[in-house]
Amino acid sequence: MSAHDVYLVSPLLAMAGVGILVILFDLVTPRKGLLPAFAILGLVAPLVLLLIQFYDLKDSVNLVREAGLLASGESGVLVDSLSVDRFSLFFSFLVLAATGLVILGSVDYVRQMERNQGEYFGLILFSATGMMLLVSATELITIYIALELTTLPLAALAAFLMTPRSSEAGMKFFIISAISSAIMLYGMALIFGFTGSTTLEGIAASFQEPAQAVFGGGVPAFGSFAMLVGVVLLLVGFGFKISMVPFQMWVPDIYEGAPAPVVAFLSVASKAAAFAVLLRVFFLGFFDVALDWGILLAVLAAASMTIGNLVAISQSNIRRLLGYSTIAHAGYILVGVAAGVRELGAGVPEFVAIGPNSVLFYLGAYAAANLTAFFVIIAISMRIGSDRIDDYAGLARRSPLLAVALTLAFIALIGVPPTGIFIAKLYIFTAAVEAGLVWLAIVGVINSVVSAYYYVRIIRVMFLQPATSEEKITASFSSWSAIAIAGAATVWIGVAPGLMLRAAEAATVVLAG
Amino acid sequence: MGAEAAIWAIFFLPLASFGVIALIIRPFLNRHYALSGFVLIVPLAAALGLSIWALRAVIVGQDLDFDPHLWLEVGSATIEMGLLVDQLTAIMLIVVTGVSLMVQVYSLGYMREDTGHARYFAYMALFTSAMLGLVLSINVIQLYVFWELVGVSSYLLIGFWHERPAAAAAAKKAFIITRIGDVGFLIAILYLFLQADQFAAENLNAFHIPDIWQAAQPVAMGGAILGGTALTWFALGIFSGAAGKSGQFPLHSWLPDAMEGPTPVSALIHAATMVAAGVFLVARFYPVFQASEDALTVVALIGAFTALMAATMALVMNDIKRVMAYSTISQLGYMMAALGVGAYGAAVFHLLTHASFKALLFMGAGSVNHATGTFDMRYMGGLWRRMPLTYVLMVVAGLSLVGIIPLAGFWSKDEILTGAWNGSGLVDGWVSRVTFVMLLGGVLLTAFYTFRMLYMTFHGEFRGGVDRELEVQEQATRDEATRGPAAPDQVPATSGLSGQHALVHLAESPVAMVAPMLVLGVAAVFSGYLVNPQWVKEFGIPGHWISEFLLTGVEHAAPVLADRIELHDFSRWIATISTVVAVAGLGLGALLYWRRQDGRQVPRRDPLEAAGPVHTLLSQKYYIDALYEGALVRRAFYRIIAGTLDWIDRNLVDGTVDAVGWIFRNIGSVIGRLQTGQVQAYGTAIALGSLLILLGLLLF
Repeated sequence: MSAHDVYLVSPLLAMAGVGILVILFDLVTPRKGLLPAFAILGLVAPLVLLLIQFYDLKDSVNLVREAGLLASGESGVLVDSLSVDRFSLFFSFLVLAATGLVILGSVDYVRQMERNQGEYFGLILFSATGMMLLVSATELITIYIALELTTLPLAALAAFLMTPRSSEAGMKFFIISAISSAIMLYGMALIFGFTGSTTLEGIAASFQEPAQAVFGGGVPAFGSFAMLVGVVLLLVGFGFKISMVPFQMWVPDIYEGAPAPVVAFLSVASKAAAFAVLLRVFFLGFFDVALDWGILLAVLAAASMTIGNLVAISQSNIRRLLGYSTIAHAGYILVGVAAGVRELGAGVPEFVAIGPNSVLFYLGAYAAANLTAFFVIIAISMRIGSDRIDDYAGLARRSPLLAVALTLAFIALIGVPPTGIFIAKLYIFTAAVEAGLVWLAIVGVINSVVSAYYYVRIIRVMFLQPATSEEKITASFSSWSAIAIAGAATVWIGVAPGLMLRAAEAATVVLAG
Repeated sequence: MGAEAAIWAIFFLPLASFGVIALIIRPFLNRHYALSGFVLIVPLAAALGLSIWALRAVIVGQDLDFDPHLWLEVGSATIEMGLLVDQLTAIMLIVVTGVSLMVQVYSLGYMREDTGHARYFAYMALFTSAMLGLVLSINVIQLYVFWELVGVSSYLLIGFWHERPAAAAAAKKAFIITRIGDVGFLIAILYLFLQADQFAAENLNAFHIPDIWQAAQPVAMGGAILGGTALTWFALGIFSGAAGKSGQFPLHSWLPDAMEGPTPVSALIHAATMVAAGVFLVARFYPVFQASEDALTVVALIGAFTALMAATMALVMNDIKRVMAYSTISQLGYMMAALGVGAYGAAVFHLLTHASFKALLFMGAGSVNHATGTFDMRYMGGLWRRMPLTYVLMVVAGLSLVGIIPLAGFWSKDEILTGAWNGSGLVDGWVSRVTFVMLLGGVLLTAFYTFRMLYMTFHGEFRGGVDRELEVQEQATRDEATRGPAAPDQVPATSGLSGQHALVHLAESPVAMVAPMLVLGVAAVFSGYLVNPQWVKEFGIPGHWISEFLLTGVEHAAPVLADRIELHDFSRWIATISTVVAVAGLGLGALLYWRRQDGRQVPRRDPLEAAGPVHTLLSQKYYIDALYEGALVRRAFYRIIAGTLDWIDRNLVDGTVDAVGWIFRNIGSVIGRLQTGQVQAYGTAIALGSLLILLGLLLF
């Protein structure tokens, strides 16, 4: 491993290093309140390294394969397994921002814990390391390891409170993720067996050979039965992470039981990283059969949106409701993935950049809005000790600012201007229309209206129902900061979407293959 | 550059007020009553001045075509933000800034005792600015953004008194129903995305409104990118959004409930401006509608039907604001119908006059509520002696609404009726005739309910106001208590018991409330004839001024099709017929209500109740609300669909997988027992899900 290789993975090393240091710092300091500050300050290191890579990238597409280095034979170890490009940097920045915000939003929550505070922050940072690895992985085994690195700390975090509900959530999350990992690994094995390669490039190349007809002339979807099964099993693993129907069943339970900041992290950062790897694998590895998975993802997108939104209507617990809401949002985002291909004629797929662009943009806007919602919910549930929607009655009285912030987040999640998700929905439905998926765009629009029903219901409860108690609800400075940053980002992305749009466009160039 | 900045300022002035009130006054200076009011009123006055200047600039033909600014690029679609200042915009700017200014002054008096005045004026500023942005938008996406913002601020204002459950429910209902209409609008916008490439091939931008007009023109004019059935559906999609906002059947049921908001809000949003946004939207895309006879037919018939049906419901309402709400729906129906039959100028003209007299009527209702504490007309009566000024103004506005010569409403309604009678080359003859008949029927009903409203409010003996209303309610509750529990919908709604105004003090309202009413009263008398004189030319204003003026705008946008719109001269016959019908309506009202008092029995029996089942049908609003909420929302949607899915999620899926999981567990499961069996279930669901996908892929 050369010095250049170390440089390439330095943000990951820095991230993991901060995690270890936080745990060590916890051992020596009696002032546990300093831990989050330490962790957030520590994030400056990976941030700086990412920025260096960002500026380093100016002229080249992928730092790992920089032309000059390859010629001199200097870089070899990482060539097939990693790619440091604008795509990975986009998601690394997103994960980094979400990590910082979640740590900031956890301060109050963690203060209540008697021990293991350092481990809490450490595990978040380890998981974030896994996500950053995941978004640059270009090889199946690396992807698998990165996914496990992401998931295991999250399972521990879900069980962190050690209350029965929290432990149950953690255990469930662990087992379900283990099952889906096992299925995914089987899919990877099939793909490897059939294509003889675990790199995305190698897999893509194997499609160049003419497909063999079976059963008297017909070619099955994905070119062969082995690939068909392999890809579907791979999709199980990704589908679990992005909470896509029909692999969504764990979501409401975990959202209800796990510590709220962990859920926020799970719903934003983990989801974004999983979408990143989904995009990379499907567009770079399986692009030749894109028309087959395009329609599959379109159907699953419609199912996720519809089921998520309809079941959300009858929820009485706000965290379960947000669990179903996140399933619905996974559906909207999948629309963009499905819209990344269009038939050029005679079964030849054509890459439509606007589809993946809209996915990246949506993930950014969704992160801002969903974090706002969760930070408010954390602040509230810490004071009233309940997540029942009925207990939000009269919140506008007890804390007008929290009520306004939550309303902003919900308005954004419905997709009403001037918030980021409005632009994101516009973008994603445009992509669907351009890819010829008009029916899917219409399903999406109707779903947005349906979703208004349950979000507005909560707004109504907060503003219009009499409060059960007159006691004021306040939040600490750190919670307010987290809410303010996430809320401002929600509006900012909606009013001035230019920067995020350009970043998304630059990032998806990589996917064009 | 200067001109562009001046017009942007019309939009930004109230927005700045919103910022100042929300960020500075409300947190720090909330105690200073009226401060936030003035922070809004002064910029609004400036915006009105600029609007007048803009109107003048449009009249003299000054070049107001500004280059739009790039906002974002999405794929091949370029979305810009810019100003569209044409004849229609110029008129709308005057209506919005003018009425808003009057309403804010009025609010200084009306909201005096409410503690939330900073919040109130902040919402009002947000609304006004969003409405101005909507009117000025040159890009359909930009327009949609403001369209939604207007909806959000309306939501906030309807629910302003959020301690009242009825206000809460009404706010939610308004938000959801208008969004149902918006689905059509959004699909129309999506269709533009689909056509973006074709637009680009013609060097047009699919979202630039003038380019959309261009694209809808016949091939000879270099257009026809939009054409045929697609154009009709596109136009109907836009109309669906417009119908939601403007309360057209079958999306009308939110507007009467929206009356739960403060009365000045009703005057501004739910009478003069926001609800007229739907009419504005159709007018804005008129060059597109012109190209589709089918779309115009739908607009005309829905408009005419709404005009008639809403008027019938207005006959039996006891809440004065609800009478006005149905009246507003009905009048919006007139405007839509006018657009449908090709009377473009008349529709916008009616929008203008209606804004003045309907805002005045609402302010009058607020003034009456200020005195009596209630909105229920059954507890009013005899107020004309105590509130002469309000009385005179309400009568003027009411007669203007009925369409009595020479008040403003007469001229605009007459123009609509003339347009409908003569028809145009845009729709079939039978459509305009049917429309004419329905609208004429509407005139009769309008006259009747207006008389009934004015009579019940101001004449006869005073029937006790809110004090008496509360007594009656207590009595009813006691009766219910002895008879057993009441069904929830039988509990009489308390109207207007906002706490602040729940005191009877019969006297004229303060100057801040009466002064803007006087200004609007002058407009309700003169605005009709002055802006659209029919045969006298001595004021130096050319005949048919506003209709001609608006028509130049459409002709400029759609030269070929606009030729099929004709301006019809004032017809003595139609004027006579409509006046006779209106007077007949008033007479019928007089016959039924005049001096028919059964002593002071309160609430006295309404003579219309003699109609029995018809009365019930009307007062139950044709059971449309019951259908929507009971059958559609609660039963069909919520219970059946959401409930079923939830049940499937809980039982069927869990159950099936439980069964499979049970097998696993009993083969000495490695997983072991958790607190619930769900983990096995979820794991099995994953396996089943992947099998399902595989099967699906193999089969299709």
